[in-house]
Amino acid sequence: MTEVATRDAASTASRPAEHAARLFTESLDALFGEAHVVRDVNLRFDDRQVTAIIGPSGCGKSTLLRCLNRMHETVPTARVRGRVLLAGADGTPQDVYTRGVDAIAVRRRVGMVFQRPTPFPTLSVRDNVAAGLRVAPGGMPPRREVDRIVEDALRRAALWDEVKDRLRESATGLSGGQQQRLCIARAIATRPPVLLLDEPTASLDPISTQKVEELVYELRRELTVVIVTHNMQQAARVSDRTAFMLAGELVEVAPTSTLFTSPGDARTEAYITGRFG
Amino acid sequence: MRTIARRRVVSALMMTLTYVAAAIATLPLLFILFHLVREGAAALGPDFFTSTPRPVGEAGGGMANAIVGTLVVVGIASAVGLPVGVGAGLYLAENRGTRLAWTVRFLSDVLNGLPSIVLGIFAWDLLVRPFGQFSAIAGGMALGAIMIPLVTRATEEMISLVPGSLREAALALGYPRWRTSLTIVLRTALPGIVTGALVAVARVAGETAPLLFTAFGNQFWSTSVTQPIAALPLQIFTYAISPYDEWHAQAWAGALVLIAIVLVISVVSRFVTRARFGTGSD
Repeated sequence: MTEVATRDAASTASRPAEHAARLFTESLDALFGEAHVVRDVNLRFDDRQVTAIIGPSGCGKSTLLRCLNRMHETVPTARVRGRVLLAGADGTPQDVYTRGVDAIAVRRRVGMVFQRPTPFPTLSVRDNVAAGLRVAPGGMPPRREVDRIVEDALRRAALWDEVKDRLRESATGLSGGQQQRLCIARAIATRPPVLLLDEPTASLDPISTQKVEELVYELRRELTVVIVTHNMQQAARVSDRTAFMLAGELVEVAPTSTLFTSPGDARTEAYITGRFG
Repeated sequence: MRTIARRRVVSALMMTLTYVAAAIATLPLLFILFHLVREGAAALGPDFFTSTPRPVGEAGGGMANAIVGTLVVVGIASAVGLPVGVGAGLYLAENRGTRLAWTVRFLSDVLNGLPSIVLGIFAWDLLVRPFGQFSAIAGGMALGAIMIPLVTRATEEMISLVPGSLREAALALGYPRWRTSLTIVLRTALPGIVTGALVAVARVAGETAPLLFTAFGNQFWSTSVTQPIAALPLQIFTYAISPYDEWHAQAWAGALVLIAIVLVISVVSRFVTRARFGTGSD
């Protein structure tokens, strides 16, 4: 594993200055009881870049993602070792697992979207997008301000034109693809610097998938995006860097074009050429 | 071809049997309703809803005090049973695997299985004997104790129907756990919980045994919660075992009103459930 860590660190030195590391893991281990599902992962996620995590089912990529916003620990028996450093507004990295750091505060700064759309069924389209504002530190902003934030988030999620006349309707009336973009709008409405996507198109049809992919591509302008995906073509289409995981270990991480054209590890090559997984 | 013909015959036969079974299942209710209307309608005038019972031999009189009394006692029961039941159900659903949850669930089932008269005795010992007085409060508490396990179970079941992904989504947005439970999970399960609560209310509205020595009954007008109070089931009981024909007629009328109240509650609960599935699906 040290080899990978070195590789990742080396590329840190050569990368363009505007892509500072926003988030990185140090010797991260994740466990469910005795099952060791993420092993000693050192990985860096750059600001305003899309990092894809690929690998076969059960390789620990979703668990790794859930360690980044401390969602892993919401499962009973789940444990985390190692560090996850998140750069603050001033660029100083802080370990999100340090004593005294509130998981809730971490989750407000690291948004997450899941495999299946999860709109709140009792809330309208507008109130779904505003849901995160309700628990923001300053409390719910005034109505007019909320309307502005909701419109802005929906525009950034490329959903505004489709739902602007249905803001008061139930969010469950939207199509699956619209619901997923609504969840992205909800996650980015509070302007977190990092957005985690856990196989966001796994339950969507090809057209909705394409819309979400275009959106992810656009979101890199303002956010650090980490996307877990089963679909290698998707990783190739939307990401700047790709990490390949196998059996809980990080095998290789490289710029996406490099990883898919000239992988450095035989196991990566076997996976991307479809020999297993 | 012969096999197919035989299958058709068997299918038709079985279909007929299920229709008959379905018809028989609804028959008792229709029969009871029909009988109640026939026996009770005669005594059911405006007087029945506006006056208090009259002595034997005097014509007229009604059960206004018992109708109001039932509302008071059931109101007290709901004030106790609903918050405790919903809170306990939420606790059980949120702490599914723990030992304490298992114990609470088990005890709640035991409480649910207790004969209602036992709860009446318990309420008498706790709330009547020390004060030397029957009271609406004692009756309401006894009924509330019956409601608690019903509401607890309904709440737990409805909450467990809420997908775990909603809870995760709220947590990932930065909702604290308690806020996730109250504003997302409980809110999503609310229509189902309301239905369960109304079913529990309907159930205790018809209970007689727990009221016999708690609310006790009252021939006169009273809305005081510290005094003995009339209730429809009690009034029906008193009148039905009396030897007077006009009281028997009044008992039938009282039963009809009681059933009407329960039916209205049931219909409302159905309506609430329908509203949930009518707008929610995609």
